[in-house]
Amino acid sequence: MADQIMLSLKVNGQSHSLQVHPFARLLDVLREDLRFTGTKEGCGEGECGVCSILLNGRLVNSCLVPAVQAQGGEIVTVEGLADGQRLSSLQDAFLTQNGAQCGFCTPGMLLAATDLLQRNPHPDEAAVREGLAGNLCRCTGYVKIVDAVQTAAREAR
Amino acid sequence: MRGYLPPVEVRVPATLGEALTLLAAEPGLWTPLAGGTDLMVVFNAGHLKATRFLDLSRLTELRGIAEDNNLLSFGSLSTYTDLRECRAVHQHFPNLVKSAQVTGALAIQNRGTLGGNIANASPAADTPPSLLAYGAELELVSVLGSRRVAYASFHQGYKQMDLAPDELVAKVLVPKPTGRGFHYFRKVGTRQAQAISKVCLAAYARLEKGCVAELRIGLGSVAPAPVRARAVEQLLLGQPLASLPIEAARLALGSDISPIDDIRATAHYRSVVTGNLLAQMLRELTQA
Repeated sequence: MADQIMLSLKVNGQSHSLQVHPFARLLDVLREDLRFTGTKEGCGEGECGVCSILLNGRLVNSCLVPAVQAQGGEIVTVEGLADGQRLSSLQDAFLTQNGAQCGFCTPGMLLAATDLLQRNPHPDEAAVREGLAGNLCRCTGYVKIVDAVQTAAREAR
Repeated sequence: MRGYLPPVEVRVPATLGEALTLLAAEPGLWTPLAGGTDLMVVFNAGHLKATRFLDLSRLTELRGIAEDNNLLSFGSLSTYTDLRECRAVHQHFPNLVKSAQVTGALAIQNRGTLGGNIANASPAADTPPSLLAYGAELELVSVLGSRRVAYASFHQGYKQMDLAPDELVAKVLVPKPTGRGFHYFRKVGTRQAQAISKVCLAAYARLEKGCVAELRIGLGSVAPAPVRARAVEQLLLGQPLASLPIEAARLALGSDISPIDDIRATAHYRSVVTGNLLAQMLRELTQA
C-alpha cells in the first residue's frame, strides 16, 4: 500500500522489519505489531511518561514518536532491561524497596531511571526527582521510587 | 490503543536543499515536522487537518550550536537537551537554560526543538520569552536565499508569523550580552514539573552606573503570541536601580498584555500573576 512504509528498527538488540503507517505511534508498533506489551499507554500526549522507552540512547515518549522517525532506530524497552531471568540492579531495587504498587507506571519509571543512572550514576534526591519528573505515579507518592533508584545507585558503587 | 489513522504522505528529505525545493514547488501543502512533541499530540487526537508532512529531523544542516565572538547560533533542530548540555548557553543565556529545563520533562526535552517551539507559535511556549529578552534574531531560508528577522517582530498574531509558506526557520541567532547583566526567568504553571505555562516572564537588563541601560522583557501566555513588555521597558529605561518605580511599572503592564480566560487560567489570574512576577523581577533588579 502506498500509504505504508517499510520500517526497520532494532528492539532490545533484535532487528525487525515491518510495514506500518508512517505516523503509527512507535508505542503501537511496539505493543501491537511487535508484541512488546511491557510498554504501557497512559495519556497518549506526552504528559505521563508511562510509554517511555530509549530511542538511540535517549529517553522519549513512544506515544509521540511517529514510526517514520524511528526508521533505523535502536530501541530499549522494559523487556530489554533484565539479562534473561536476572533482573537489573534497578529492577531488583524496585522490588526490595517496594517501588512498584499497581505497577502501571513501573516500565516507564524503570526506563527513565535507567537513563538517569547512565548519565549520572550517583544522583542526589533532587536529581532523581528531576530525572523522573516526566513520569507520573498515582500510588506510591514517589518516595519509595526515589529510594529504589538511590538504592540501585548505592549498590552499584 | 491504536485508533483509526487517516492516510498521510510523509517525505523525508536528506538535504535542506531538497526540503526547500519541495516547499517552493508546492508552497503551503507540506507541514514541517521536527521533534513531533506538539504535532503528534494534535495528530493522535485526530484534530490535525494537514495530511502531507515534511520530516525535517534528518537534516544535519539544521542541527548544532555554533559560537563566535558576538553570538550563539542555534540550528533550528537544537533540542531542549542540546541547550541544557551546552556550556556556552549556561555561560551567556541562563534564562534559555531555565526555559529548556521547564519545557515538559526529559523525554520531551530530548525530542522537542527550538525551531519547533518558535514555529508552532503557541503563546504558552517557554523559550520565546527568553529569546525576546535576549533580542534574538531568526534566519529564515527558502530556495531564493535567506533573510534575517528580529524575533520580536516574527509573531504577528495568534499562530500568525512572518514566515512564507516556502520558508523554514533555519537558525536562531542570539547576541551575547556584554557588560554587567541581570537575568530573570520564572514560569508559573499548575505544578512544578511537566506543566504548561499560565504565565511566563523572562527579562534581561544591562546595568551601567547604577542605572538600567538596556532592558528587554519577554512574556508568555498573556497575549495571542509571545510578546515584549514594551511600555514597561520604556518606563524603566535609564532609571536608577535604587528607586525603580515598581508600582508604575505594574500599571504600565496593562497596555502590554491581553490575557484571556482558557482551560489553564483566567485572564484576571494571569494579569495579577504577571504583575507579581514583574514586581519580583524588579525587586531583584533593585538588589543587583
